[in-house]
Amino acid sequence: MIRSEILRDIAPILRDQLVVCNIGIPSQELHAIDDQPTNFYMLGTMGLASSIGLGLALAQPKTVIVIDGDGSILTNLGTLPTIGNNCPDNYILMIIDNGSYGSTGDQPTYTSMKTDLVAMARAAGCENVVEVQDVDTGTALQAAIDSGKGTVMVVKCDSGNAKMPVITMDPVVIRDRFMKAVAS
Amino acid sequence: MNIDKRIADDLAANDVSFVTTVPCKQLAGVIEEIDQRSDIFHIPSNKEDEGMGLCAGAWMGGKRPAIIMQNTAIGVTINTLATLIQYYRMPLPMIISYRGELREPVACQVEMAVHTKALLAQMHIPTYHFHWQSDVEEFDNILKYTFMCNKPVAILTDANFWGGYGDQ
Ligand SMILES: Cc1ncc(C[n+]2csc(CCOP(=O)(O)OP(=O)(O)O)c2C)c(N)n1
Ligand SMILES: [Mg+2]
Repeated sequence: MIRSEILRDIAPILRDQLVVCNIGIPSQELHAIDDQPTNFYMLGTMGLASSIGLGLALAQPKTVIVIDGDGSILTNLGTLPTIGNNCPDNYILMIIDNGSYGSTGDQPTYTSMKTDLVAMARAAGCENVVEVQDVDTGTALQAAIDSGKGTVMVVKCDSGNAKMPVITMDPVVIRDRFMKAVAS
Repeated sequence: MNIDKRIADDLAANDVSFVTTVPCKQLAGVIEEIDQRSDIFHIPSNKEDEGMGLCAGAWMGGKRPAIIMQNTAIGVTINTLATLIQYYRMPLPMIISYRGELREPVACQVEMAVHTKALLAQMHIPTYHFHWQSDVEEFDNILKYTFMCNKPVAILTDANFWGGYGDQ
């Protein structure tokens, strides 16, 4: 499966949750599949989805699901120790590990070679780290939500992108409606 | 006056309850002060752009954030300031040690010091420079201003403000 197929699969689970979504095609796909005020789309700033989601989870009690990418985790690797040492129970980091920089044309990342994000997350101090096969994402995500424990999911899937329109919504509108959804 | 306590008190009085830091020698005292207070949650970050991500999330979650970092980190965070903090219009007080200014003993620090104000000006970031201890009087107003306008705001604090470098 490719990322967009996974997102389509788990959209019914994501719908009721606060979601922080990675830059580029992941956000375009989620926006096209099921736009919700509870979705925060990153339009830039590669790498910071996991950090934004962690700050959000630490600041309020609702469950936060971050949809991140392998390339973005690799560019902000310092995030893993910060998560490992501060992880609140309402934080779920779902790394879509397609082994590539999908948004920029599927150039391979090091996770398609020797690098293992599951082991790195564990070594950084993250306690609940699960490797998930693409077809099992929905089940694993629901289990993580139900567990009430902070979880890092590394979802192994194929590289590839669906053709979706660019998000034209104003960033302040995205942010404002998201904050209203967080506070409601 | 205990400057470290004064800064932490002003943060708390302005309801800033989420602070991320990357250390600088000059900031050691204020970081320690913030770390031991129960009314401020302190989360150290590994890089300043990561810290700004944490602050953005905390603010969207209803908490007022701040970041404490060295001026060299302006070079690390330009993209994050432009595409996250400014683009989504978020408030972020940045308490910055202004290394490489008068009384600096480490020559390399001057290399980013000479770019610091120019970069902040280019980014249209409101910037205040604390040189005398009494300049801290302005801090409370700067915090109010930051959360009024939802912008990143820089407070540059130089060695003279912190009382020099002691024996160095
Ligand atoms: C600082 C910076 N460098 C490069 C880019 C270009 N860029 C945007 S998305 C992306 C790939 C992200 O890959 P990943 O996080 O694995 O997500 P995927 O698209 O594969 O799901 C890159 C390299 C950028 N936006 N910012
Ligand atoms: Mg990828």
